[in-house]
Amino acid sequence: MSVNLDNWEAVIGLEIHVQLSTKSKLFSGASTDFGALPNTQACNIDLALPGVLPVLNEEVLKMAIKLGKALNAEINSPTSFARKNYFYPDSPKGYQISQMDKPIVETGYLDIETEEGKKRIGVTRAHLEEDAGKSLHDDFEGQSGIDLNRAGTPLLEIVSEPEINSPQEAVAYLKSIHSIIRYLDISDGNMAEGSMRCDANVSVRKKGEKDLGIRTETKNVNSFRFVEKAIQYEIERQIHEIESGNKITQETRLYDSQTNTTRPMRSKEFANDYRYFPEPDLLPINLDKSFIDEVMATMPEMPSEKKERFISEFGLSAYDAELLAADKDLADFFEDVNAVSKSPKLSANWIMGELSAELNNENLTIRESKVTSNKLGQLILRIEDGTISGKIAKEIFEKLWSSDNEVDEIIQSEGLEQVTDDKEIESMIDEVINSNPEQLEQYRSGKDRLFGFFVGQVMKASQGKANPKQVNDILRKKLEK
Amino acid sequence: MELNKLSLSEIKIGLEKGDFTSTELTSHYLERIDKHDEQLNSFISVTSDHALEQAKAADQRYKNEDALPLDGIPIAHKDIFCTKGILTTCGSRMLSNFESPYSATVYEKLDKQGMVMLGKTNMDEFAMGSSNETSFFGKVKNPWNQDYVPGGSSGGSAACVSAELAPVATATDTGGSIRQPASLCGLTGIKPTYGRVSRYGMIAFASSLDQGGVIARSAEDAALVLEAMSGHDPKDSTSLNLDAPDLTANLNDSIKGMKIGLPKEFFDREIPSFVENSIEEAIAVYKDLGAEIVEVSLKNINLSLPVYYIIAPAECSANLSRYDGVRYGYRCEDPENIEDLFMRTREEGFGAEVKRRILIGTYALSAGYYDAYYLKAQKCRQLVANDFNEAFKNVDVILSPTTPGTSFKAGEKTNDPIEMYLQDIFTIPANLAGLPGLSIPCGEHNGLPLGMQLVGNSLEEAKLLQFAHSFQSNTNWHKKMPNI
Repeated sequence: MSVNLDNWEAVIGLEIHVQLSTKSKLFSGASTDFGALPNTQACNIDLALPGVLPVLNEEVLKMAIKLGKALNAEINSPTSFARKNYFYPDSPKGYQISQMDKPIVETGYLDIETEEGKKRIGVTRAHLEEDAGKSLHDDFEGQSGIDLNRAGTPLLEIVSEPEINSPQEAVAYLKSIHSIIRYLDISDGNMAEGSMRCDANVSVRKKGEKDLGIRTETKNVNSFRFVEKAIQYEIERQIHEIESGNKITQETRLYDSQTNTTRPMRSKEFANDYRYFPEPDLLPINLDKSFIDEVMATMPEMPSEKKERFISEFGLSAYDAELLAADKDLADFFEDVNAVSKSPKLSANWIMGELSAELNNENLTIRESKVTSNKLGQLILRIEDGTISGKIAKEIFEKLWSSDNEVDEIIQSEGLEQVTDDKEIESMIDEVINSNPEQLEQYRSGKDRLFGFFVGQVMKASQGKANPKQVNDILRKKLEK
Repeated sequence: MELNKLSLSEIKIGLEKGDFTSTELTSHYLERIDKHDEQLNSFISVTSDHALEQAKAADQRYKNEDALPLDGIPIAHKDIFCTKGILTTCGSRMLSNFESPYSATVYEKLDKQGMVMLGKTNMDEFAMGSSNETSFFGKVKNPWNQDYVPGGSSGGSAACVSAELAPVATATDTGGSIRQPASLCGLTGIKPTYGRVSRYGMIAFASSLDQGGVIARSAEDAALVLEAMSGHDPKDSTSLNLDAPDLTANLNDSIKGMKIGLPKEFFDREIPSFVENSIEEAIAVYKDLGAEIVEVSLKNINLSLPVYYIIAPAECSANLSRYDGVRYGYRCEDPENIEDLFMRTREEGFGAEVKRRILIGTYALSAGYYDAYYLKAQKCRQLVANDFNEAFKNVDVILSPTTPGTSFKAGEKTNDPIEMYLQDIFTIPANLAGLPGLSIPCGEHNGLPLGMQLVGNSLEEAKLLQFAHSFQSNTNWHKKMPNI
């Protein structure tokens, strides 16, 4: 399937379901812990026994308000719940309690950045709703099992405007939402475990056309990479269909990561009529200003603010600042390292260089780093104050990674302190020059590139401990003689 | 001493003085149930063992002189209230095998006061009906004349109290299900302000209208039990955040100088003359007691019935979706697949009236009809409530007949749902407006009792009961009981 994308424009809207990290469920006191035995975390309310009633977990209001503020959105007060009616075996009440007319968060936006530059994406709304249980089809011969542990877990569904125009923008938007929910500590955002799920509404139209094309909704996309691939596939498929003279069917499609394709799941033409109506068991909730102010007081610094501060306060490049600020744990680690090292640029380089490489090697998160922020700070401090060279620092870093020793202990016990005595360096240089007469002659006859060879030999002779700047200066003088 | 004739306060005194024990009293009622209920069918379950255990514990507390406020007093519970470990059917085949793993707040509150549960009373299926003919467990008969219906949906509660098979019973009221059977069985029935009594564990019919209450033989008895049932419940988000009101302190206060409103729209309707006469006699009693009679207008009251028959079915269509055969209750045999399981379970598990209302409600909420039906009904509901607000600026209570007539024969209205729905024409407005309402006996016709309704302003149950009690202190209608 090869298509010419040039004449076409993709129109994409994302619906992101974020599982909120509350201890108990949206409308019951049952635990939300992941991985318990089936139906051990489903109480009378989750089972939808006759006569039970929902009681709202107030924690979710705080979480939703935080998200709303981070998305520059309006907070609706009163906000109200509605019933969305449909029969499904893992939906115990036969309806889902969701929000329709008065979602808690409405009309916001998010600024994203791609290679094409900055762009503002509108956020239509974010509403609270309860998750369903799970149907298990493989465990019982000829029957299905129902596990209601997840039933009633709180979700925030964040709906974007159809203002995204490429898979890259979609991923940037998704990553930005991911970063925000992690910052706000309202969800672990783990896409593989389903605590963040993304559905993509995609349509295409000829460039310059005003009317939207017929859209499809692609579900079951559980990583950033797959979101990009699924949307890319869907755009190309739709263009191919239209160019082949076919019509797009409005339908829900499933993404298959094995084949990197999407296939129809169910046609929206036969979609359920959800018969939304206001939930009579829950009264509309007034969010008074003092409650919102209280929540606002607990808002952390957000990624974009943090990025700006890293640039202005620490003089980091926009690139470095963005990379560090995108992940709250990484940003915290950086600030901790810098508090000790007092050298922002070097701290950033080390975290994104050596440290990230080791973490990737061992598949660890920054929180699981074997070198603490304090030790890395100490190490950088010793580079800055001239005690060790950058090269030696890398050796020490390896030792820190594999042992519990302190930076200064390693430097002392292994004699790794930098040689800064001019006389000592001079004598090392003399020895190198004397034992390499051929190279000396070649250098003096104009082969400048050999300077690096001499530096290398001196550093080798000093076991890497000679101060590189001094070596450079003295060597240049000696070679010119 | 005829134990089954005693009022609740007489029972309490008798138990305190040791004239009889709760075990004796409970056994007496259980014997009466055994003797008469095969005919009347007012109970779905009789919980004899459970009752005698509770009675024994109550007797012990009296012995230890640490008796609870309503200790040892028997009560029957409508089978809509979940009771732990005991069959809770809601009058439906769908729950004909459902033993609830938890108890309703109402049950727990009365249990904590020491009340002894005699059993669970029959009712229209899922509280949908006005004659107690839709129960999966069979019709209930009116003790005054067994060819006649006891009213509904709390027909079992009314019949058993009227036949003196229980001194008092819990009940629920969505459009008149306490007041109409109380009226048809010659009893006092009160539905409090919406939110007074917790709905937790009370099986939902129409959530925004359902309210628990009491059917008793007098306003005084009703006051004692309603007070014990009331109060804030954190498990019910629509429960009012107020302590239980004191409903007995002002019962004996005079109503002199207070105002009774007569809604002209009610009296403009065609009402049988015997109803009109009884109401006029009741008004005369109140005039003699010094009350002032004022005409009021509830100009949108004629919207009540159509509005109710949109909102209640809409809510019930969702509330009853949980009965799908997956987790509990009735399940069809050998389903072919999940759709078959859902469809046949519901087809076989629900009766005709329940299905009718689910269909009406589903239709009213459907895409394209929502605005025209449900949304419009909600707006009209507000108009009805506004009329009451306006009226209560000038009057203390609003008086009307409870029902358009006395009881009717079983089968008489079963083929005409609209005619059946008209039974609740006077009672529905109070549910729409969330106001307290009660019915007390005020006459009889051809050997069948007749009731009048008093509706009060929000939270004014105490005033309603004061009006009812002062009437009962000066008349004998409430003392007349059927011969069974």
